[in-house]
Amino acid sequence: MSLGPYASFIATSYALVTAVVLILIGWIALDYRNQKARLRELEASGIARRSGRGATDF
Amino acid sequence: MTLIDLANPTRFLALTARVLPWLIAATAILLAAGLYRSALAPDDYQQGATVKIMFIHVPNAWLSMFVWGVMSIASLGTLVWRHPLADVAAKAAAPIGAAFTFLALVTGSLWGRPMWGTYWEWDARLTSVLVLFLMYLGLIALWRAVEDPSRAARAAAVLTLVGAINIPIIKFSVDWWNTLHQGASVFRADGPTMDRAYLIPLLIMAVAFTLLFVTLHLAAMRNEILRRRVRSLQMMQASRVAFSSETGAGSREATASKQTGAA
Repeated sequence: MSLGPYASFIATSYALVTAVVLILIGWIALDYRNQKARLRELEASGIARRSGRGATDF
Repeated sequence: MTLIDLANPTRFLALTARVLPWLIAATAILLAAGLYRSALAPDDYQQGATVKIMFIHVPNAWLSMFVWGVMSIASLGTLVWRHPLADVAAKAAAPIGAAFTFLALVTGSLWGRPMWGTYWEWDARLTSVLVLFLMYLGLIALWRAVEDPSRAARAAAVLTLVGAINIPIIKFSVDWWNTLHQGASVFRADGPTMDRAYLIPLLIMAVAFTLLFVTLHLAAMRNEILRRRVRSLQMMQASRVAFSSETGAGSREATASKQTGAA
């Protein structure tokens, strides 16, 4: 597959989209881990939800 | 499960846990299929291989407007129905929408340089999309500036609905003004003007990116619900500490006054 004289523009576009999507996925996954860790810490310190269910329970 | 049931964040989290693996798989399959079909698409007779940028530029451009539409509906949910998940949905969508708008601008610019001879032109389409990107950033800043999520939600909802006026401006800018940007070639009253060799990969990529947004949005909403759960538990912890220090101070004062009386 030849991309012609403007290959660098095409490759940069696809690389940039891949990078930004991966950053978004990584950021959301990391945020999920952080929130779960904070909830577990709070639960371990004896703070419970009013419903009585565990802080990390779905 | 009815729509009303989903208003309960715990039920929403349970649904998200069940649905997300399927969504991730469907997104990955469609993205792979879309990229494969895009790679096989022939060179355009005028643009050559740069037509391949269209398969990522157009889905990002569509999503930049679609996400604002989702946020506008969520804002109505916040202001009119006070739906518990509405402001969670609006807040979670903003950074994702900003990312798609950024990608639409940059890939458009990278496509424009070889085709138009310039990275940027202050014409109606490009400028209105840049305004959309700045509005996304403004909304994110607003959410971060106001500590109380319910107060931030109302202000952000008003700003989102006011900003929604920009969406038809972006869509019809190519019809209302003379712009360097081409007119609509897919969603037209007389049907698409694009050849099937380009239309099919483009539609697959558009569905794949839409699924990507739905997946990321549900995951970000789940995070936001957990963040609010953390906040309410931290407030309970703080009030418990304040209460125990107050009762401690009260009992010390009582002991002190007894001792003074005894003396």
